[in-house]
This record gives sequence, C-alpha cells and structure tokens, in this order.
Amino acid sequence: MRWVRLTAVARKEVIHIIRDVRSLSIVVIMPVVLVLFFGYGVSLDLKHLPIYVYDREGSEQSQALLKRFQSSDYFEIVRVANNYSELVKALDDGRAKMAFVISSDFSENLRAGGTVSVQALVDATDDNTANVIIGYTQALVQGYSSDVQLEWLQRRGQQVQPPPLSVETRTWYNENLESSAFIVPGVLAVVMSVIGAFLTSLTVAREWERGTMEQLISTPVTPLEIMLGKLMPYFLVGLFDAGVCVVLAIFWFQVPFRGTVMALLISSALFLIALLCLGFFISVVTRNQLAASQVALVATFLPAFLLSGFLFAIEQMPQFVRLVTRILPARYYVSSLKMIFLKGTPVAMLYSQLVPLAIFALVLAALATRVFQKSLV
Amino acid sequence: MNTADRSVLIDSLVKRFGDFTAVDHISLETRRGEIFGFLGPNGAGKSTTIRVLCGLLRPTSGRATVAGFDVAREPESVRQHIGYMSQKFSLYNDLKVIENLRLFAGLYNVPRDLVDERIAWALEMANLKGKEARMTGTLPSGWKQRLALGCAVLHRPPIIFLDEPTSGVDPISRRQFWDLIHQMAAEGVTVFVTTHYMEEAEYCNRLAMIYRGKMVALGTPTELKQKSMKGELLLIECEPLGVAVETLQGGPGVLDAAVFGNALHVLVPNAGVGTAQLQAYLVAHEVQVSKIEPIRPSLEDVFVALTSEREGRKEPV
Amino acid sequence: MERLSFEVYPGEIFGLVGPDGAGKTTTLRMLAGVMTPDQGTATVAGFDVGRDPEGAKYHLSYMPQRFGLYEDLTVDENIRFYADLFGVSKAQRELRSGQLLRAAGMTEFRGRMAGKLSGGMKQKLGLICALIHRPKVILLDEPTTGVDPVSRRDFWRILYELTAEGVAVLTSTAYLDEAERCHRVALLHQGRLLFCDTPAHLKARLGKGVLAVTSPDPRRVREQLQNAEGISSLVLTGDGVHIVVDDVSRRMAEFQARLKQAQVPFDQIQRVTPAIEDLFVDAVSGGKEGEGA
Repeated sequence: MRWVRLTAVARKEVIHIIRDVRSLSIVVIMPVVLVLFFGYGVSLDLKHLPIYVYDREGSEQSQALLKRFQSSDYFEIVRVANNYSELVKALDDGRAKMAFVISSDFSENLRAGGTVSVQALVDATDDNTANVIIGYTQALVQGYSSDVQLEWLQRRGQQVQPPPLSVETRTWYNENLESSAFIVPGVLAVVMSVIGAFLTSLTVAREWERGTMEQLISTPVTPLEIMLGKLMPYFLVGLFDAGVCVVLAIFWFQVPFRGTVMALLISSALFLIALLCLGFFISVVTRNQLAASQVALVATFLPAFLLSGFLFAIEQMPQFVRLVTRILPARYYVSSLKMIFLKGTPVAMLYSQLVPLAIFALVLAALATRVFQKSLV
Repeated sequence: MNTADRSVLIDSLVKRFGDFTAVDHISLETRRGEIFGFLGPNGAGKSTTIRVLCGLLRPTSGRATVAGFDVAREPESVRQHIGYMSQKFSLYNDLKVIENLRLFAGLYNVPRDLVDERIAWALEMANLKGKEARMTGTLPSGWKQRLALGCAVLHRPPIIFLDEPTSGVDPISRRQFWDLIHQMAAEGVTVFVTTHYMEEAEYCNRLAMIYRGKMVALGTPTELKQKSMKGELLLIECEPLGVAVETLQGGPGVLDAAVFGNALHVLVPNAGVGTAQLQAYLVAHEVQVSKIEPIRPSLEDVFVALTSEREGRKEPV
Repeated sequence: MERLSFEVYPGEIFGLVGPDGAGKTTTLRMLAGVMTPDQGTATVAGFDVGRDPEGAKYHLSYMPQRFGLYEDLTVDENIRFYADLFGVSKAQRELRSGQLLRAAGMTEFRGRMAGKLSGGMKQKLGLICALIHRPKVILLDEPTTGVDPVSRRDFWRILYELTAEGVAVLTSTAYLDEAERCHRVALLHQGRLLFCDTPAHLKARLGKGVLAVTSPDPRRVREQLQNAEGISSLVLTGDGVHIVVDDVSRRMAEFQARLKQAQVPFDQIQRVTPAIEDLFVDAVSGGKEGEGA
C-alpha cells in the first residue's frame, strides 16, 4: 500500500466532487434543505384544526360549551354557521375538519336532567386525524359535562366524589411531545444515505463508463488503494455534513442534545462506513451511472426515509415489515440517534445499536472489496 | 449538367452552434450515379454537413438541395428520397436479420405489396440469403455492414448517404462492400460517403477534403494527388535515419522531410533534380544512402500539405 | 486469441495490424496486465506480467483506445495524477512534464480542462501521461483513429523520438497503411497471427506485383480484365482499377493490348508499390478473392 497513490486517487476524487455542480450542491445544500424542510414543514402534531360551529339555541349554556372549543389550542373556530347546508359544504370542501352542532333545546334538556346530545360531524377521509378530532371533542365535551354535573350536585348540596382512577402522565425525554425533536435527528440518516451511498455509487460506475478505469488498472495502483482513495473524501464529507445537521438541529431547532459527541461520532462513522461500502458495491456491480443511482436510491434512501423509524414509528408497522427493518442499517442508526439526543445514552449502553452497525460495516466492507477485486480481472 | 442530374447541390452552406462554426461556406455539386467522398478527420464538420443534407439540422445560412428538394424547407420530402447508413451501422442487435429489414421497410414507407420483393432483393444483394433468422448482434462486421446497406435502400432511393461505412471492417469485406456500391452507382444511384480514412477515399469518383469546417480541396483522387502537392515525393532509405532527417531539415530544395517506418519521405520541387542533389548532400553529411526513388503521394500527404500550409504549422492541433 | 508468440525489441516500433475483432485490443490488454491470459506468459521489460504485475506495470505504459483522461481535471492535474500513481517524484515530474509539453506544443494549455482540448491535443496529453514515468515499453491501442493527419504526423514523430531513446513501442491499428510506418509488423486476423516481419519483407513475400490502371470508366476495365490470366485480385478504385499480378511487365503489355482492342478508354497503366492491404487480402483469401468475412 503506497500512501502517495492513495492520496492521488483521493485528491482526484475531491476535484471531481467540487467541479461537478450536481454533486457539489448535494454536498453543500441538501443537508441544510432537508433539516429545514423536516424541521418546519412536517409536524405530526395536530393543532388549530379548522371547525365550524352551529349553535341553534344561542343560550348562555351553549355559549359556555362553545367557549371551551374556542379557547382550545387544538381547534380553531373558523366560522359560526347559520344553517346545515353551510356545514355540509364546508366539510365537502375541506374548509372544516369538523362541524359542531348544538340543538335548539340544549339548555332546556340540561335543566330537565336527562342526557343531552350534541352533534359532531367529522371529516374522516384521513382517519388518523378523525380519531384525534373525535378524541379531543369528547374530551372537551366530557370536561363541560363533568362541570355541569358538579354544579348540579352542588346545587343539591351533595358532596362530590372524585372518580376512582386517574392517570398521571409524564412524558419523559420529550416533554412537549415536540415532533421536531425526534424527526430532526432522523434527518441525519437520510442525509448520510444520500452522500454515503448515492454519491458513492456513481464514482466507480463513472470511471467504467468514461473508459478511465481500464487505464487505471494498467498502472501500479492496487484495488485496495483505489477503493480507499475514492471513499475517503466521501467519508469526510459525510461526517462534515452530519456535523452541519447536528449544529442546525441543536441551535436552530432547539433539539435537546443530552449525549456525548463521542457516541454520536462512533455511531455516525459506523453507519457511514456501512453505507459507503454499500454504495461502492452498487457502483462496481452496475458499471453504469444511471442504474447505479437508481439502485442506490431504492436500496438506501427509501428505506432510510420510510422504514428506519425516522418518520413512521416502527412499532406501528405490520410484523413482516418490522422484520425487514431489522436488516436495515438505518434503523439502528436512527434509534441510536434518538437515544443519544434525547436520552443521553452513553456509548457503553448503545451496544444494541452499535453492534449491528459494526457488523453491517464489516460485512459490507468485505463484500465491496471482494467484488471490486474480482471485477478488475 | 442539367438540374435533374445535380442530385446534391450545396451552396455556401454554413452551420453554427453558438459561436462555433461547424460548417464554413461549403459549396459543391454531385452528379447522378457519382460516388462522392467527403473526407476529413473527426470534428471537421462532415457529420454535421450530412445531417443538414438529410434534413436533420437546419442550415444557419446558405442552401442545400437534395434530389431536388430544399433541405431547409422540405426536409420530409428529402428524407423520403434518401437512404442513410450511419457509423457503426445503426441496426438493432437484438432483432433478427429479417426483422431489421421489415422494420426499415416500414420506417421508409415501402408500399405493402412491394415489401417482400424488396426484402428479397436486399438479401440477394447483400449476400445474406438463407441467413434471415440470424440474430443481428451475432453477425460478423462485414455482414452487418451489408445488411445495414440493404436496410438503407429498401425504398430504392436515388441518393444514399454513408457515414463512415467501413470503420474497422476487414479489407476483404470492405472490398466487397465497395463492389456493391459501385454496382448501385452504375444503376444511377448517387452515393455520398463520408470518411476520415484517407485510403478509403480512393474508392470514390470525386472527393472533397474538409478541414475545420472548410473545404480545402475538390477533385478526383488523381487530380488531387497531382495538383495539390507543391512538389514531388521521394522515398529515401538510409542510415542513420535520425541524423538524416535532422540534416535534411535545412537541405537543398527540401520542402518537407519526415520519418516513415524504416525510411524517409521527402518533398522536393522536382524529383529528378532532387534525387541527385540529396544523394550528394546526404553522403557529404556521412549518411549512407541505400535507395532514393520517387513515389506517388498518398491522399494523406495531400491532406497534410493542404492543411499545414493553411495553418502555417504554428498552431498546435 | 490463439497461440500468439512474438518479441519486441527496445527502440523498435512494432505494429499489431488487423481489422476489428482480430485480437489486437485483447493482446494489448493482456500485456498491460488488465486481462489475464488463459494460457501462456507475457513478459514485459523483464517482468512476468502474470506473476509480478506491480513490477511490470512500473516499466510499462498503456494507452487504451478510450484513453483515461479526466475531462474535468486540467492538463496539469491529469499529469500529476498519473505521475503519483507511478511514484514519480515531484522534481522529476516537473522536469519531465515541462519537456513533454514543450515537445507536444502544449505548454500554454497547462491550466486548461482536458475536456476542452481538441481531439489531437487530447491524444497528445494521453501520450504525455503515459510517458511521464519513463516507461521502457509503451502499449498503444489504435491511437490515431479518426485524428487529423497533421496531428497524426506529430504523434508519429514523438514515437520515433522515443525509439531513439530505446523505448519499445507496441501499437495497434486497423489501418493497414499505417503498418508501413512501423519497423516490424504482425498481421492479425480473427485471433490468428498471419505474418510477423518488416513491411519491406512482407511486401516482397507477396511475390507479386501490382498494376494500377487509371481510367474514366473503371467498370469497363474491370469487365475486360476480370478473367485475364495471372490475376490474383482486382479491385475497383474511384478512378481506376488496382490489380495484383504474377508478372508485372508481361501482364502490363497484355492488358494494354486487351483494353485497346476492346476500345476501353484508359489513361495509363503503371506499376505501383504493393500495399500491405494487398498482402493481407492475398493471405486471407488464399490467393484469390473469395467469400470473405
């Protein structure tokens, strides 16, 4: 192994990256764009859901009930309607996610002491949202209902028993249940996939396509030198971009960082190595830049996006899919990221994530080297 | 030459791509049944000119008429009346011979009732009878070449354009191919050939030499060899070669001297005079001369003489 | 490639000549260590390419048909890359690249992107990268295909200068006429070696002479002479007919008489030097033009 030859290959690769506008923009712009996009654009919390209300009575009691909706963060009353057809149209158009109707005999029935129904018309085209709306609505109505009951009992001079059970919840690690806190770290996995695998997958294929590989083989440079020389720049770039994302996450999005830099570095390095070798492997096997990039996208970017736990919780996936995620390096990386950022897990305790990552890195490295050497004969 | 005979007429044709001039004021006429060669290195503007003539590119200025149709105004008609065989044959390797023929018959709009007849004719001409079911990709290059030619003429066009038709093909196949071409020319088809291979140009009736978009010579191969050289060529076998070529650079009446294998090619104004002069000169400089004789210049010698003169030999190419 | 054996000596330009598919590229690749032979050995500059590829590769240079120039690197960066791969020291590299660039007339183009050079210059740059480490053997695969004749001359001049320094040059070409420029030639056809000798000896081997008939109506000339005695091959050229015969003076007189008698117009019949192509055709078609391919 001659250092001079290795650095020659690495230097050339750096020049290629810098002088190709596309790769340069991927390296420089993409990480920032992705972090900002996912930080701001995607929110899994549902707030300020638009609703219409139709108060057919307009009494003090009905207004009191409506006030609860008004003051709730979850809902936003966009319109007070005067008839049913408005409600129907609004739900059809999507201007309202829910229409809340109070009947004209609301207060009368309340005083009479029977059960009173209020109507909630819910747009269930997205059933996740619909469930949430129903939940919120019931909570609000329930709250009003208990208060009415309490008042009623107090007027009769009776003592009120608290309900036998109550649940005290405390959310650890992410007190405000801010979704950005667990999405943004996951963006690192996506960024690394693009740099680690996508960009790398082009490098060998490009040499074959342009005919320069043949000449390269006729020189004394060894396959190992070529491989390391080509991967080194991407490794450094990958770590650098990861750093950029981390900085943005912490200082811009206020994502808490409770772990150690060492833990972050180790897990990122392992993941990156695994991806680089995978990208290299794809490049060697496809010999064609177009095919290489497509395979790389499907093999790394998509899984990182959809199946790593980055956006969609793995626990909610069907069993078969959950099994599939076990062979994805991205899954382990994303969980390690969440643990490092939000729980502050030290390196020693991360073994359940780091060991699989290390195995992936080793296996893929061996595979890539082997395949590359064979392809050069 | 009346108008009907002028199958291809090019008048001051110019084609620019941005600020790069690919074709720079080329003018020429071909006759019916003539084999006309367009000779020049890669990048000289040959393929661009062909594409203009086929109606695939619009001229920047100037005019060109093919088979009586203006290429800029009636490209469709032009394309119906020409056959085109491109570099490396443009056949589909994963189709059988007969399938390629049927495809091109369709593309060239050969009338239904004539298709079978034409295909049979093409197979006969290309000597591929009995080989219809062979996969095109498995054919040797000489056969592919003839098949490509066959596919290009199914609609019996009056003019055919051949773009580098025999690159890399073995000499025997090449000769057979050119036999075919001569046959077609005898039947009145005008053949317009482009090539960068100087020796292939010897097969043409007339030639135009193209360099950097400009036409630098026009005439029959013999005419070009006789008139374009500013002198006569001598072959000198001597020892030691290196010393000889250096010495000759300033020698009497030497216009140009270059090593060629085991001998020198030297350009002098007059062969007779030159032979005697150089013999004496070299011997005086301690070079042993074993042979000096005049040789015919090749088309490459002609090309070099014409182009290096133009460029003044200063600018690296 | 079948049982190919030959030797190339220092200071010689050796040509591998033959049409596409003859085996030229395969042979060069095996010598360069880019492809492994099924049988046999290749020794370059004293090193067995199969057993000690690294040793061999330091002393040889390979310029494939699609040369390994990086279009988005400058001339200097390309040279530096290859110099580093061959372990050329910085000082040596600067000295040598200066010399080579000057010889090629490309000194002022050092900072230009390789992709922006003309075809002829790219070729010269490829050659410079191949020579930067002073190889003893240089392998060129069809280096002058499609290049304009002036650049081709420059290229050959550089090759001749190399041989003066004792470098062995092995070059392949599909142009039979380019074979004339080599010191010795191996004619290949479909994986077999037909001949290996100097161009002069090869032509002498033909044992025959060549006549060229110039005429405004070549086809008629051909018709007339086709079946005449003593003809090995006859081919139409643009302005006449090119005939390989067994006895030049005798046939020349005969043909002249024949054509005059049949009133076929012709300008002259001359004896011309046989071309290597004539030898090739003769050898492959066994003395007469057959089916071919």
